[in-house]
Amino acid sequence: MPDRADRPEDGTPLLEVRDLTVHHGQLRALDRVSLRVFPGEVYAIIGANGAGKSTLLRTIAGLHQPTEGSILLDGKDVTRVRPERRATRGITMVPEGRRLFESLTVEENLQVGATYARKGPWTIERVYELFSWMRDRRGQRTAQLSGGEQQSVAIGRALVANPRVLLLDELSLGLAPVVVQRIYAMLPQILATGLTVLLVEQDVSQALRVASHLQCLLEGRTTLEGKPSDVTAEQVEAAYFGLRPAPAGERGEP
Amino acid sequence: MLWINDIIQGILIGGLYALFACGLSLMFGVMKVVNLAHGDLAVVGGYIAVGVIAVTHIPVLWSFVIVVPLMALLGYVLQRTVIQASLNRSILTTLLVTFGLSIVIENGLLQFINANSHSLGVGNAIITSSFSIGSQITIAYLLLLIFVVAVVVLLGLQYFLSASRYGRLIRAVADDREAAQLSGIDYRHVFGIAAAIAFGTVALGGIAYGMYSQFSPTTGTDTILLFAFAAVVIGGLGSLWGTLLGGVILGVAQTIGAQISSSDSLLAGYLVFLAVLVLRPQGLVARRAQS
Repeated sequence: MPDRADRPEDGTPLLEVRDLTVHHGQLRALDRVSLRVFPGEVYAIIGANGAGKSTLLRTIAGLHQPTEGSILLDGKDVTRVRPERRATRGITMVPEGRRLFESLTVEENLQVGATYARKGPWTIERVYELFSWMRDRRGQRTAQLSGGEQQSVAIGRALVANPRVLLLDELSLGLAPVVVQRIYAMLPQILATGLTVLLVEQDVSQALRVASHLQCLLEGRTTLEGKPSDVTAEQVEAAYFGLRPAPAGERGEP
Repeated sequence: MLWINDIIQGILIGGLYALFACGLSLMFGVMKVVNLAHGDLAVVGGYIAVGVIAVTHIPVLWSFVIVVPLMALLGYVLQRTVIQASLNRSILTTLLVTFGLSIVIENGLLQFINANSHSLGVGNAIITSSFSIGSQITIAYLLLLIFVVAVVVLLGLQYFLSASRYGRLIRAVADDREAAQLSGIDYRHVFGIAAAIAFGTVALGGIAYGMYSQFSPTTGTDTILLFAFAAVVIGGLGSLWGTLLGGVILGVAQTIGAQISSSDSLLAGYLVFLAVLVLRPQGLVARRAQS
């Protein structure tokens, strides 16, 4: 289980998002969302479809430009940094839908991920140790793999870049619950190497199980934030569906 | 026997068409750019060779040592500037921009050089001599050389794409450029490298064409680009060996057409091109399954 110790609120967050507003054309997908992710945390962002979770993650990875607000990695502003530079500086995302390189083999996918890797504990060899089936099937094209296996390759491809913050976008999407649990069961081993995880998840119970900190989005706004142990199921439900104001919401809308 | 000779000539000239076509196919496969200036770039390569030979007196067969790197550099620069800027807007914009590039190149050549035809290595023994097999088959050394060069280029390209680090990045970016960005890859740089390769190969095609025949500023669009398109369509997009097959079929169709009547040569080639478009629009060598 993740460490549930109090957050070092006075320290420098590894990743900080300040008042982020993102538009998709006319649509305001994110409305002044802020978050602070501290080293070693598993920070989970939950919310219904269209709440802006993926937009938030994609903006942090650099794939969308915000209209307002800023993104800081280790206190340094990276808001205008191109996505590939953010990756080499330590923000790596496992995108929604896995997005593997389909005409490449499993190993080639990992090699691409490792091309501009930072120094760190993760190597292709280490990924093969984490996912033991992968070594034998490294020569296969990723299209021949099952959804769960593809998701594992996508995680491996991100790990070999040795990120400081790993962004996980909807790992559970399109996967059987058993497979999802098996993938999330890998998380402690990944965290043990010193990574910090920011994940987006529609599957709330799964997110609650792994998260050390929780934030709920609704229609682009933060409706609830806190430690999973401090929030009740009713509060989460209310924040998730927007049924009524969430009392525990630290930064909830008035 | 006359037919056999025609078929052999057609196969050999197919190597030249494959040199024209492989860069076109690569640029489309990697960045979805249909480069309408592709033929003109072959002609530019030819003119650069004329200039380089005039200045340095380098043997014509070695002119590629200077021309190919120059054209590759031009390819990288054009891709990173004009073509990338158009890609950021839309696919249609790239068509307009490369079309514009084609017009600029053609008229630039007319303006600053002239409309006369040029050829390379006139009087060079290797270029003009041939050998015979039996009484009916005559093979020009030059055509054989061009064919061998084409095969070597395609083999090299295949090896580069499948086994080298940059080849892997090119394939990854062609699959999903956004996912590549998330792995720290600047796809614009990778596009530049793909364009450099495409420009380098078409420059080889231009030099070969200048030795085999002659070119003028308009040869790029009225001959080379059309042959390149036909070879790509017949062979199948995205397949290097399909490109060679397409070039060979186009070449054979042309030589057999010429045998029927010398004015039917081009027509025969385009009839095959149309037949493939109608009967097998994905090309003879279909691209490997996507999913």
